[in-house]
Amino acid sequence: MTPSPTNRLTSGGRIDRTQPLSFRFNGKPLQGYSGDTIASALLANGIGTVNRSFKYHRPRGVMSAGVEETNALLTVSGGNGDIPVVRTTVRALVDGQLIKSPSGFPNVNFDLGRVLDFTHRFWAAGFYNKLFKWPSWRWYEGTVRRMAGLGKLPDGEDGNKYFHHNVHCDVLIVGAGPAGLAAALGCANSGARVLLVEQDHELGGSLLADGAQINAIDSDTWLSRTTSTLEDAANVTVMTSSTVSGYYDHNVLTITDRSTTGVVRFWKVRAKEVLLATGAFEQPLVFENNDRPGVMLANAAMTYVLRYAVKPAHVMVVATNNDTAYRVAFALHDNGVRVPAIVDSRENIAEEVSKEAGERGIPIMAGSVVLDTVGTKALTRVSVGRLSNDGRSTVDPTSVIACQGLAMSGGFNPNCSLYSQAGGSLRYDAQLACFVPDEEKACRQRVTVAGAANGKFSLADALTEGARAGSTVTGEAGFACSPAEVATSALGSYHLKAMRITPTGDTSRQWVDFAHDVTVADIELAVRENFVSVEHLKRYTTVGMAVDQGKTSNLNALTLLAELTDRSVEEVGTTTFRPPFMPVPMGAIAGPQHGDFYAPARLLPAHDWHVDHGAVFENYGPWKRPEYYATNGRDRETAIREEVLALRRSAGLFDGSPLGKIEITGPDAGEFLNRIYVNNALTLKPGRVRYGIMLSENGIVIDDGVFARLADDCYLVSTTTANADHITAWLEQWHQCEWPDLNLVISTVTSQWAVATLAGPNARTLLQEIESDIDFSVQALPHMTLTTGTFLGMHARVQRVSFSGEMSFEISVPALDGRQVMETLMNSGGDRITLIGIEALTILRTEKGYLHVGGDTDGMTNALDIGFGGIVARKKTDFVGKRSLLRGGDQRKDRRQFVGVEPLNDNEELESGAHFITSQREGRRSQGVVTSACFSPTLNRVIGLGLLEGGFARKGETVTVFDDGRTFDVRITDPTFYDPGGEKMNA
Amino acid sequence: MLRIDCPWCGTRDEVEFSFGGESHLTRPTLDASDAVWSDYLFNKDNPKGIHFERWMHRFGCGRWFNVARDTLTHEIHAVYEMGAAKPDLAVKDPDS
Amino acid sequence: MKGYSFLSLARQALNRHQGWPVAWRTPELKKNYDVVIIGAGGHGLATAYYLAKNHQIKNIAVLEKGSLGGGNTGRNTQITRSNYFWPQSAAFFDHSLKLYEGLSRELNFNVMLSQRGLLTLAHSLHELEGIQRWANAIRINEIEAEILSPIEVKKLVPLIDIDCRFPVHGGFIQRRGGISRHDAVVWGYARAASAYGVDIIQQCEVTALNIQSGRVTGVQTTRGTIGADKISIAVAGHTTELARMADFRVPITSMPLQAMVSEPIKPCLHTVVMSPVIHMYVSQSDRGELVIGGGADLYNSYAQRGGIPLLQENIAAVLELFPAFTRLRLMRQWAGIVDITPDTSPVMGLTPLQNLYISGGWGTGGYKAIPAGGDTMAYTIVHDEAHPLIEDFGLARFETGALIDEGAASGVSH
Repeated sequence: MTPSPTNRLTSGGRIDRTQPLSFRFNGKPLQGYSGDTIASALLANGIGTVNRSFKYHRPRGVMSAGVEETNALLTVSGGNGDIPVVRTTVRALVDGQLIKSPSGFPNVNFDLGRVLDFTHRFWAAGFYNKLFKWPSWRWYEGTVRRMAGLGKLPDGEDGNKYFHHNVHCDVLIVGAGPAGLAAALGCANSGARVLLVEQDHELGGSLLADGAQINAIDSDTWLSRTTSTLEDAANVTVMTSSTVSGYYDHNVLTITDRSTTGVVRFWKVRAKEVLLATGAFEQPLVFENNDRPGVMLANAAMTYVLRYAVKPAHVMVVATNNDTAYRVAFALHDNGVRVPAIVDSRENIAEEVSKEAGERGIPIMAGSVVLDTVGTKALTRVSVGRLSNDGRSTVDPTSVIACQGLAMSGGFNPNCSLYSQAGGSLRYDAQLACFVPDEEKACRQRVTVAGAANGKFSLADALTEGARAGSTVTGEAGFACSPAEVATSALGSYHLKAMRITPTGDTSRQWVDFAHDVTVADIELAVRENFVSVEHLKRYTTVGMAVDQGKTSNLNALTLLAELTDRSVEEVGTTTFRPPFMPVPMGAIAGPQHGDFYAPARLLPAHDWHVDHGAVFENYGPWKRPEYYATNGRDRETAIREEVLALRRSAGLFDGSPLGKIEITGPDAGEFLNRIYVNNALTLKPGRVRYGIMLSENGIVIDDGVFARLADDCYLVSTTTANADHITAWLEQWHQCEWPDLNLVISTVTSQWAVATLAGPNARTLLQEIESDIDFSVQALPHMTLTTGTFLGMHARVQRVSFSGEMSFEISVPALDGRQVMETLMNSGGDRITLIGIEALTILRTEKGYLHVGGDTDGMTNALDIGFGGIVARKKTDFVGKRSLLRGGDQRKDRRQFVGVEPLNDNEELESGAHFITSQREGRRSQGVVTSACFSPTLNRVIGLGLLEGGFARKGETVTVFDDGRTFDVRITDPTFYDPGGEKMNA
Repeated sequence: MLRIDCPWCGTRDEVEFSFGGESHLTRPTLDASDAVWSDYLFNKDNPKGIHFERWMHRFGCGRWFNVARDTLTHEIHAVYEMGAAKPDLAVKDPDS
Repeated sequence: MKGYSFLSLARQALNRHQGWPVAWRTPELKKNYDVVIIGAGGHGLATAYYLAKNHQIKNIAVLEKGSLGGGNTGRNTQITRSNYFWPQSAAFFDHSLKLYEGLSRELNFNVMLSQRGLLTLAHSLHELEGIQRWANAIRINEIEAEILSPIEVKKLVPLIDIDCRFPVHGGFIQRRGGISRHDAVVWGYARAASAYGVDIIQQCEVTALNIQSGRVTGVQTTRGTIGADKISIAVAGHTTELARMADFRVPITSMPLQAMVSEPIKPCLHTVVMSPVIHMYVSQSDRGELVIGGGADLYNSYAQRGGIPLLQENIAAVLELFPAFTRLRLMRQWAGIVDITPDTSPVMGLTPLQNLYISGGWGTGGYKAIPAGGDTMAYTIVHDEAHPLIEDFGLARFETGALIDEGAASGVSH
């Protein structure tokens, strides 16, 4: 049976009592209502201890009612795995949810880990730097790692969907509290595109738990009217359950949008103007055992009572250093919570608040501070002391007040995370004892801050400033707009006393950072050891580095640091806020970019046809290309061998479509390419083809391929598949930036053409059987020439170029016709023709000794290293990279040079990646690498290519090779193993 | 995220562009000394402040152009065509 | 230096930690020093430490414009490894790793070196060949490297989806590689150097170098002029600016390198995983956070913040390999300014000015080089001659063309 909630009020609040929800906490069935957060439902059920603390395993209860929560970070199962570190103070309660405390062994109410609390003196800040050196950290690391972490990695499939959205707007208003709403009201109907983003599922911010009057109506009514006005305004888009998490360069911001169940949307907003109305965080007071369950922030207590109709406890002491907590005390009192005392560190209390307290019979203990709290799972009493005259100690006697809860207010600190991310500076306001945006210092972004985020903590000020700022920024964005009229009669006094830390007591029991268990003593220790810069303090004590990123701890830590080092808080400074403001699911950041969409594959024009022919695909950069064809169920090795032999014996058909194809057209095309290629481009006659290499300006080989002259003013450049896009961009850079005077146009035509390469001794015969007006004879179309014509009635370019060393025809037709060419050739050729995959081609070109840039060369290989010395020497004019080849280092004879290699023992397994090494006697070191290796089916032995120190002069030499621990000897040879005279290719 | 104002296409996200490094370089001729060549090839101005650099609108018009951008704030002070002289920017010291 | 030990901690615990001495002194600035080191990051402090310890030089100042360890030392992803391709790199970085292995005890400060192994993945046959080439080079350099099959990769790191968009074809592991605690390294060196009498001067920015006929004689700072016999620059991310003060140009581009962490969870990843091709690396810190890194934003910048495009790319890459991480939340994103050289190897040794030394251009990998960088620079400063381990890393290589391009050969830059 579900026990009835014990702390729930019978009326009031923004919960729907007609919609009860069942959930379990650590296995125990409980009940809440629609409109509850998990935390409010737990409190309604009288659950005090929800978790254990990070380091000392102390019992902890709900501390806040917002994103700043440090304790109630629980594991929640709601149908998508066990999600750790859920901020239950803002997460809506859902029917059937299973809530678990991630910490506590055997359970959260009795945790053996508490032994760390009883021995806490040993675990002061930095203890792990002083310990665990002997015998080594390895011995201790496992234990320490297991103690850390706030929950487990969720298992099972992630059922969420993640989307990316992009939006532009004129005005982005972040936060729909009083200031944000007042601003948005003004720009409604201004014509500006306004985006109002609120992280709560309802608009209102602090108004959701307020009860003040705005424009002479109660705030609830004003809020619902305002909400409908904004929703009706065509130019205003309202986003709820959406958190602006990052503020990036040039006014681009990111939003995590959780408004749809099961979906997380990641928005990128480009905003002309940004108005930050992000509110402020109430700061805790620091006294002994200020971390016990039952101690919470004052405005959280008010939120639980007014918004969720939950009494955080039946008897609550209120402790404060400012006027705002009085309104909390009154709200508690008016809703049936007994408030035995308001403990106020100030001596003089403004009459406007003290009078109302008196009317309710709430005693005020002025000039007093909380000293300590008592109670294990729940608070039973607090002790209160009077401050001495100088405020540096307390005087006897101490009062003890029985209670079950304590609401504390140390005043507010503006939420300036986004402002700081935007590059805005903060200054310390001594009066308000907090950091506010520094308007004196210009921010690099178009950003304005208003309301509590700007230190305007009263409702009246926030409304006024919000309205004014809204109209200003809309004006800046270029739209006429006057401020909305909003006024309130609400109590707005603050009168903060800059004192949040009780000056007496055991400092090792006074918590500054609840999330990381950092105490005043830790900060004292850090200062004693000279960790006195903000960064050092933060990193040494880990204060402010937990998942809440110090929202309730940084200010107290900085204040303490200033005090302990006799500096002002201003001098101490603050740390920079980093994005995201609130943690963002990694899935949302990646969005749909996963699986097939991680990097969309590029497919051949005839992809499906290859599938039908048994192609086994492999990734080659972004391309999916046939690695081999598993025809008749052949295995990989057999297929590759048979493909090689078939091409050498008869003919092979290879789909070369991804080969990069760039057309250079214009009167200066030849001159341009002559400056680009190591080879001479000007002497090439129309209809002829030449093999060329391109260098980086540093002399390194970056690409190779053939280039053909189609006409006097038109060249066709082929690049390697992998470099196609890069080379186009690179050519553009040379043309546009270095030689803009050259008259030419560079256009990529890679995807316009499908390329079928037919190679082998029977290639010509096969082509001559196909309907075409092209003369394929050796006289008309010898090796290294190009012609155009019709082929199967299609417009075709045919190049006589070979990567296999056989007679070879590269037939280019419009991309969509590629399939038909492949199909016709295959059908017409029958047994005489075989499909060739990449792996067979790799063997074929290795046999021929053709290098593969990026495989047989690396980022250190220059033109001379691959045997282009003669061509370089002959070409008198400049080309890209030429000057670098003249350097001494580039001309050294002991550079790694391109060679062939064959094992002395035929059975030796030579593999790419093996190294040539010097003998042990000389001191073993690498002399180069085997860059390609294979068993050659044609030659029936193992062959390879490599880069070897001084390789050109070492042909015939025996060299030792190292591979995976074994060594064996190889002979250095010429790289061309097959048909060195080129008769077959030229046939 | 940088928003770059392509002179031909208008303002776009940085992901549409390629960065080409320092602009206004003079390419030495073949008879340059090793020292001069090395300086051209490798040494960079790399200023903390205004950097005159080149960008290409790769997923757009494909044109290269110059940008004067502050490397501390990422603020873009000028966009101008390839071949144009460095603009005279009365820019404040970024540290002040 | 008062020792840190279990006994001293126990004694202090009973004494409420009242008796701990300062980790480092806050000294008065002197008028003259034998050696002034500019930059109190890992490299600067380690150099000072080894100058004092190995070369008995005691009159040293380390000048820092902010607070010590506040630059890249405190921003990187804490990876230590020595799996380098070229022999010069391997010798240098393995020397560094060996020093790391003894560092906690040497400095009497636990730097939390966790040699959990560093796994590098290959995602295609071609990459696998590259990995074999790389692993063999490492082994020839007498450093261990072990090739793993996809099944072995899966066994070692069960969360990896080896059948992702670019399936894992294998990888290799350096088992001595791993991570350590960056702040502890810098604090350990600062404390030990300070105990040797080194003056660490924080909040002291160098504004100019004093130069007389080709040699440096001192520095001008925001706290006055300081005379120095020798000066060494160790200001990752700002090397160009310091070189400009000495009137020479360096082959360095400064770029922001991003890093990011998730919310902390219980241990689920016990190895450092790198994928050079899909540009990501990830490890889990002792605190439970996933520490993620990737490439640098490819434009000049001195702004220590990251952008959106690279964030998305890095996270997408991590999730492609580790789909189980989608529901974890990213907690913090930041960037450090890295000095990238054309060959991604550091610039170390002498400069065109006499008595001025430089250690920079560390690119994305200066952290793992801290001990060896300090050790070899100390030697170089004392002997006015590059330490044998760093001979090839001098500025001169850019004129001769004898670059040491680790990225070009192994597919991974420093």
